[in-house]
Amino acid sequence: MIHTLAEGLLGRLSLDYLPTEPATIGAAVGLPLSALAIVAALTYFKKWRWLWDNWLTSLDAKKIGVMYIAVAIAMLLRGLADALMLRAHTAQAVGDNSGLFTTDTFQQVFSAHGTIMIFFVAMGLMFGLINVALPLMLGARDVAFPFLNSVSFWLFAAGMILINTSLVIGGFSNGGWLGYPPLTGLEYNPGPGVDYWIWSLQIAGIGSLLSGINFTVTILKKRARGMTLMKMPIFAWSVLVSMVLVMLAFPLLTVSLGLLSLDRLMGMHFFTSDFGGNPMMYINLIWAWGHPEVYILILPAFGIFSEVVATFARKALFGYRTMVAALIAIMFFSFIVWQHHFFTMGAGANVNAFFGIMTMVIAIPTGVKIFNWLFTMYKGKIRFDAPMVWFLCFVVTFTLGGVTGVMMAVPAIDFQVHNSMFLVAHFHNTIIGGVVFGFLAGITYWFPKIFGFRLHDRLGKYSAYAWQIGFILAFMPLYALGLMGAVRRIDHYDDPSWQPFFIVSAVGVLVIMLGVGLFILQLAVSIWKRKELRDTTGDPWNGRTLEWSVPSPAPEYNFAIEPDVTHRDEWWYRKESKLALPKKSSYQDIWVPKNSGLGIGIAVFAGLFGFAMIWHIWWLGFVAFLVVVALIVFRTYADEPERRISAEHLYHLDKGRKQ
Amino acid sequence: MKTRGVLILAVVLAAIGALGWWLLRDATLDVLQPAGNIAEQQRSLLIVASVLSAIVVVPVFTLLIVFSVRYREGNKKAIYDPNLTHDARLEALWWGIPIAIIGVLGVITWQTSHSLDPYKRIASSNETMNIEVVALQWKWLFLYPHQRVATVDKLIIPVDVPVEFSLTSDAPMSAFWIPSLGSQIYTMNGMTSKLNLIATEPGSYRGYNTNINGKGYASMDFMVEAVDKKTFVDWHGELAKSSNGLDWTTYKQLSKPSTLDSPKEYALHNTSLMHAIEMKFMPEHAMNGEIE
Repeated sequence: MIHTLAEGLLGRLSLDYLPTEPATIGAAVGLPLSALAIVAALTYFKKWRWLWDNWLTSLDAKKIGVMYIAVAIAMLLRGLADALMLRAHTAQAVGDNSGLFTTDTFQQVFSAHGTIMIFFVAMGLMFGLINVALPLMLGARDVAFPFLNSVSFWLFAAGMILINTSLVIGGFSNGGWLGYPPLTGLEYNPGPGVDYWIWSLQIAGIGSLLSGINFTVTILKKRARGMTLMKMPIFAWSVLVSMVLVMLAFPLLTVSLGLLSLDRLMGMHFFTSDFGGNPMMYINLIWAWGHPEVYILILPAFGIFSEVVATFARKALFGYRTMVAALIAIMFFSFIVWQHHFFTMGAGANVNAFFGIMTMVIAIPTGVKIFNWLFTMYKGKIRFDAPMVWFLCFVVTFTLGGVTGVMMAVPAIDFQVHNSMFLVAHFHNTIIGGVVFGFLAGITYWFPKIFGFRLHDRLGKYSAYAWQIGFILAFMPLYALGLMGAVRRIDHYDDPSWQPFFIVSAVGVLVIMLGVGLFILQLAVSIWKRKELRDTTGDPWNGRTLEWSVPSPAPEYNFAIEPDVTHRDEWWYRKESKLALPKKSSYQDIWVPKNSGLGIGIAVFAGLFGFAMIWHIWWLGFVAFLVVVALIVFRTYADEPERRISAEHLYHLDKGRKQ
Repeated sequence: MKTRGVLILAVVLAAIGALGWWLLRDATLDVLQPAGNIAEQQRSLLIVASVLSAIVVVPVFTLLIVFSVRYREGNKKAIYDPNLTHDARLEALWWGIPIAIIGVLGVITWQTSHSLDPYKRIASSNETMNIEVVALQWKWLFLYPHQRVATVDKLIIPVDVPVEFSLTSDAPMSAFWIPSLGSQIYTMNGMTSKLNLIATEPGSYRGYNTNINGKGYASMDFMVEAVDKKTFVDWHGELAKSSNGLDWTTYKQLSKPSTLDSPKEYALHNTSLMHAIEMKFMPEHAMNGEIE
């Protein structure tokens, strides 16, 4: 009787699922404790009200962007700790030595590392930077749907909390970051780990899809007067292309994960090996999302570097039209290459050859972009501030990653390196060199616009150097290991001659950690010295695009007067031609969205729904789902979601600034 | 350019180079030291692709360094031309060169995708031999139906004889790879994939599972012995007479999740074992439960 009652109330949740190993117990205790410490500190310093009013409920895209970046940096630390655990383990686990962790922990850690780095670090930094910079660059006051933006962020945060909850109770998936069935099916993996993976991605993924729609509409409908598509900053183009990919690709992720969860929850047979199920279908579906996903991440990073190199070379981007053409070409081709992730599945030679050649074709527009960046530097007057140093590291690292990518695009070569450490080295080569370096450059570049002071330049450069050297140490040995026969995801090996390579790789992870440490130190020192680093002009880099035409920190309404655009690098053009300041009569009232806590509400109940599905607590899932629907309906009836800022007030603010 | 900066850069690069040399000085890179015809062709292909890539990489790195130094803000002698924003001829050049390279590589890709297709039989004066491979949690079962023998975690093949592997899985998806011989292929439940390989040099090589399939994944490697024809014939002739036989009952025992400390050898009593293992996953059998 009591047993049935407990099962009805708690599903399969029980104390048996608490962690048992020292390393996992540490995480299970440490995580809630640090959350508690933050809560206690906020209470002690009486900051709750401030946090709620100024940040958590804000619908200001820039603040939502900052919150995305803050969460992503916290998750970067978690993903990095995972990476250190993996490499510290493989540095030892040879022969009789079984290493630091159990196999089960090791497999959970690499699954978590990949999942967190892609979904909660790279995606978070990307949406953060888009929120921060895109509306300003477009000369827009806001995104198209400010409330939806808040919902997206909070769904992302709910997914993040869910994935970290697995550390406290239940454990995580051991099926890798894309969780191929049948390994992740009910038969081989009945526990809650895979469900944590599914539902944290499902919830965060829906947030991403909503963001994709939001930013696409923002770009198409909210550009300043006169800003035709071909006058948009190239970053906006890169975001447009990336967000179209989000809209087309993320439903595939939702469906793949949805079908897999039906297999797991209802005993269906979409991806089982028996009863007519077909795991190959899952692998095709997930990669039909997964390959566009890497372009979703890299294209905005390309956009950031395009802005950075033009700004610091003090010269307009070389070959703007070809850059746009290249972006669109990459968007198109990224959808017809997914099969290159499994050339070794045994499809026929024609299929393999087709996808191999399509993959190489993507290298053409990518190569074109690199030459355009280089010729933006040509006859420029280059300043090497930290964002530009990230750019140099990017060109070196990303180009090498591109080369190994082209190699692996040849199916007959891929047969010899697939799923080996060579592959691991390759995708870190492009993701760290491209995505991570790009986003760190973006944070450094736009930081003064949001906070009103620059980041400490020298520490930023040191961080870039440490990342670059750490990258070489951590991943070049993996290329060699792959050629030696070391496969990915192994927690143990017999050949002692591999060990020196693994040790150097572990040292490399430490150097990368130093790079992250320096980046955080850079943030801390910059906050400390914010008076010296203050950006009084609003244009600290001698910028080219509209975000540099407003004061730093940018006001919540972005532009007191909506700009009229006549040129591609509008702000550069205005500075060159010394246009007159606007008159008092040109100011008008502005309506900005009021704060709303409903986004948090929706995400809390979406998170509870996910938790209920993981633990089979059906009543909670039912209630949470109904509440989510109710909150969405409630929001549609909200009257007066906006408040007014008067023209008079705006005029006085501007007058005070421009004296 | 500051001399100190250049100096530090040179020292760092030299240190990394030295470290690389020290690591690689007597490493065995299986993929680059092939013992079979397929792996050898794949190595050549890897080299061709590297050389073709260098046609783009070398200019990129050179331009990056030259432009960074020449057009730095402090260099008063350099020309500053903020209006140089496009040049049709230059842009045509860097669309053209990658297109040409990818064109060449594309043709090579098409040809080698066919010539090195894992399903394609290898031409040889010797007749192709069949070996059936079953991926289990977490060991490899090798069935030699014609020789009526079977091994676990140990593959014995004659040198210079082309081998056609037929592979399936009675475990989550796994992958079969012998770097010294070339090409890997996935193994899946209820399906057969094929892989054709040949060893041209006698010796012992290591084989691996490259796709995670659960807890014992890392220990799912195996030894490959490429031996001369006589040794091979003696070996399976002797083994086929062994009293230690493999049939459906012993198979069921063997297929339970476990890792082995040492390889096993059997006389193969049931030559249609492979078929039975595949059929396990077919709807009609799955619904009827066990098959015998």
